[in-house]
Formats: sequence, structure tokens, C-alpha cells
Amino acid sequence: MTPTATVPPPAATAPVSTGRSGGTGPRGGNALLGLLGFATFLALLEVVPRTGLVSANYLPPTSRIAGALAELLGEGRFWVAVTDTLQGWFLGLAIAVALGVVVGFVIGTVPVLREFTASTIEFLRPIPSVALIPLAVLLFGSELNSVLLLVVYAAFWQVLVQVLYGVRDVDPVARDTAYTFGFSRWTRIRHLLWPTALPYLLTGIRLAAAVALILAITAELIIGAPGLGNEINRAQSGGAVDSMYALIIVTGLLGVAVNVLARRLERAVLSWHPSVRGEESP
Amino acid sequence: MGAIAGTVGRGLRWVAAVLGLPVALLVLWWVLSADSETFYLPPLSEILAAFDDVWLRSDRLQADVLPSLLRLSAGFILAVVLGVGLGVLIGSFRRVRAFFEPVLEFLRAVPPPVLVPVLMLFAGFGNTMKVLVVLSGCVWPILLNTVEGVRAVDEVLTETCRCYGIRGPARVWHLVIRSASPQILTGLRQALSVGIILMVISEMFAANNGLGFSIIQFQRTFAVTNMWTGILLLGLLGFLLAVLLRLFERRALHWYFGLRQSQRDDGHR
Repeated sequence: MTPTATVPPPAATAPVSTGRSGGTGPRGGNALLGLLGFATFLALLEVVPRTGLVSANYLPPTSRIAGALAELLGEGRFWVAVTDTLQGWFLGLAIAVALGVVVGFVIGTVPVLREFTASTIEFLRPIPSVALIPLAVLLFGSELNSVLLLVVYAAFWQVLVQVLYGVRDVDPVARDTAYTFGFSRWTRIRHLLWPTALPYLLTGIRLAAAVALILAITAELIIGAPGLGNEINRAQSGGAVDSMYALIIVTGLLGVAVNVLARRLERAVLSWHPSVRGEESP
Repeated sequence: MGAIAGTVGRGLRWVAAVLGLPVALLVLWWVLSADSETFYLPPLSEILAAFDDVWLRSDRLQADVLPSLLRLSAGFILAVVLGVGLGVLIGSFRRVRAFFEPVLEFLRAVPPPVLVPVLMLFAGFGNTMKVLVVLSGCVWPILLNTVEGVRAVDEVLTETCRCYGIRGPARVWHLVIRSASPQILTGLRQALSVGIILMVISEMFAANNGLGFSIIQFQRTFAVTNMWTGILLLGLLGFLLAVLLRLFERRALHWYFGLRQSQRDDGHR
């Protein structure tokens, strides 16, 4: 092993996180406390600007943000922006996942390739994708392609690295058994490698989904491609502080939705996997 | 003799494995771009020649790179202190955790770059804003990973601590933080990449110095070759910082990697 091909980070070794259900106490009580926490948070944001602790010009009270949000929901322009953002997110994510799976399996199953690409992957991975912003602007202007370039670059590594860990994680006993029974290459990939790597792949997809959303909105914010990020920028420069906050809350809600969807997908696809089965029947 | 030859052979193979592809890619880039007429993709030779002039033979290293790094480290260090501190607090008490969890999940889900306009309102365009931007993005991965790590502290160890009457700061330092450190380090790694991105973005928005500012300025003035040197430098920086964190992780977690290695060996026997 080369020094750059390091031990998988702790997170990667537990491909399916045990999630939030590990609590010992009554779950209903926890949910109630959580609701209370959220209510307190909102109330605090209402009171702080009203008492003048922070100027309402910087931080409008919750009620005003809620009003702006309600107004936004009625505007066609807002929904176009949401659609644009989701389009950039989804296309970028899909391309990154497809690339990550193909490249990951090819590199992962050929030891020589793995050995000779490790240092390059470790070098390219930490390059911040925003470094590509100026290049994207020059090449594509403020179009969807610019967004895609950034999203795909950022999300690809998340998937690739997880797939590489996954392919490496094949149980030696199972592998030897497969060889003993004389399974063909295809059968081995289908019944041995794929199920082993799947939990890792799904972790990769979950991480990549969050990163892709961040990069899509960032690209819109900075490059000016159409979407929520661009709307936030407009609201800010136009002094529409209420709508700016409302839009930011929308991006947060999108983020939550992406996380929840990814977890759902993980559970649905891995319903056979011990870590998921154990979770549902404690 | 054979053994020595074998060792040398392995060493050579290792060097080839580490350097082979990067060198091949660079050569490929060099050759393919050698007589590039495309305005956007200048020859690599020109980029490398310009790198020296743009970054090393001017005061840019001091005037732009240093401020960027200082802002990044200030925000990152603040995020570590805040994230680990609050994480230990929230992770240690089940009710506190239940109270804060939904709010934290929501705040984490907000893409950090959208806070740049908000923080610009509060803190103007100065260094404070940029440090706050880095902090606001870095703190969530650290905080949430710490909470997870603290939650998973081994019960036997907790009981042992109780038996020996280890409590207070000693308990937090020797048991809680130590047990959670693999998770915390994962958080730091995630936070670092977010931090670099945010540092650059905050400088692209509103600044008169910094790495992000320079790169965007090159792009706006169509100084494409200079822009490429900036991209290279940023990539190099991201890589170096990641390596530094890795080295720190190796030192801080050597007991953990050792533990896992022995567990793995046992499992396969």
C-alpha cells in the first residue's frame, strides 16, 4: 500500500450509519422536545429583532420572513428558480454517480490500476471545485453547463472514493468461495462485488447529493446561472432582506429534503442488509 | 543479494506507482497544449512560466495568499473550538440533544455559501465577515460529528470512569473527547474542504485581496494564463492542507488505527 492510499476514514468503514434511532429513551418524548426546540428557535428569531437587539434591517422577525415566503410561493418566477436549481442538482448528480460507479468498479477490480491511480486520486480530490469557477465562466458563461461542471467535479469524488472502499471490502472467505466454485467474472461482479459495494455506493450517493446541491446553488450565486442562488443574490443587492431570508430557508428545506430522500433510498435499497434490518427491529 | 534486489525492485515499483500517472498526465497536458491556439487553454509551458512571475516574484504571496490562509485558519480554529465544545455538551445529555437536533439538522442543510450575503449585511466586507463565513460553514460538520462520537462512547469505559471516580474535565478530556476523536477528525476533514471553498467564495464576492479575489480578477481581465496559475495554486493549497490534516490525524489517532488493524487481523483469522 502506498502512503497516499490511506486507511479509509472512520466514516467510510461504517457505510450505513446507525442513524438517529439509537436513542434509548421514548421516541415520542424526543420528537416533542425537538418540536419545542424548533419553536424556541423560531420564537427567538421573532423576539430578537423586535426588541432591537439586532436591527430588523439585518434580521427580520420570523413573521415577516414567513410572510415573504408565502408571497414567494405564489410567484411563478420562484418556481422556475426552484426547477432550475433542481435540474442542475439532479443532472450533475446523475452524471457524477454514473461516472463514479463505472470508474470506481474498473479501477477497483484491477489491482494494478488501483495502485497506479491512488496518488492521482488523492491529489485531485482535495482541489476545491470553486477553483474551477473562473474556467467554467470562460468556457460556458452563466449557463447550465457551468453549473454542471462544478457539480459533477465535486460530487464525482464522493462517489468514486466510496465505491473504491466498497470494492476493497469484499470478504476474503466469500471471495475464495466464489473462486472455488468457479464463478465467472460476471457472476462474481453481480453476486459478490456489487452487494458488497452497494452500501458504500449509497453512502457516496448520499454525500454526493448534499454536495451537489451546495455546488449547484453556489454556482448560481456566483456565476449568475438561473436558479435559487441567483435569486438570493438579486434579493440581496435589491435590498429585499425579507425575501432573501425566505429564499435561504427554502434552500435549507431543499437540503433537508435531499437528506431525507437519500436516507429513504438507502433503506429501500438496502432492506436486506444487516445494518438496516437491525435498525428496524431493535 | 536477492533480497536487496527485491527490496529495490519493490521501491522502484512504489515510486512508479505514486508518480507514474501524475507525470504521464502532466506530460500529456504539456504535449497536447504545446501549440494550443485556443485562448482558454494556453500551453502548460506558458502557465508554468507565468506561475513563477505571478506568485513567487511579486508580493502576491504576502498580499493575497497570506491573508486568505489567515482567514481560513481563524475561521477553522474557531469552528473547532465551538463545534467540539458544543458537540460534547449536546452529545452528553440526551434531552439537550433531542431539543437541539431538528434545529441543527436544518441549519446544517442550509448550503453554507448562501450565508455569504447574510453575513455581508451584518459584518460588511471586511475580514470579520470572511472569518465568520468560514466559521459558519465549518462548524456544522464538526459539531454534528462530535455529537455522534460522544453518543457512541463505550458504556464499559463510562462505567469504569465512574468506578474510579474520574469526572469533570479529566473525564471529558480522557474519555469523551478521546473516544469521539475518530468522529471528530472525520468532521475536521469535511470542514476543511468546506472551509477552503468558503474562503474562496467570500473573496470572490467582495474583497480587495486574497486568492479568490486574484483569480476572479484575472478571469475578468481575461488574463487567462494568470488565471490558470491561480487555479493550480488553489489546487496545490487544497492538497497540502489535506495532507497536513492527514498527518495530524495519523499522530492523533495512531492508537485508533492500531486498534482497528488488530481487530481486523483477528477477524480474518
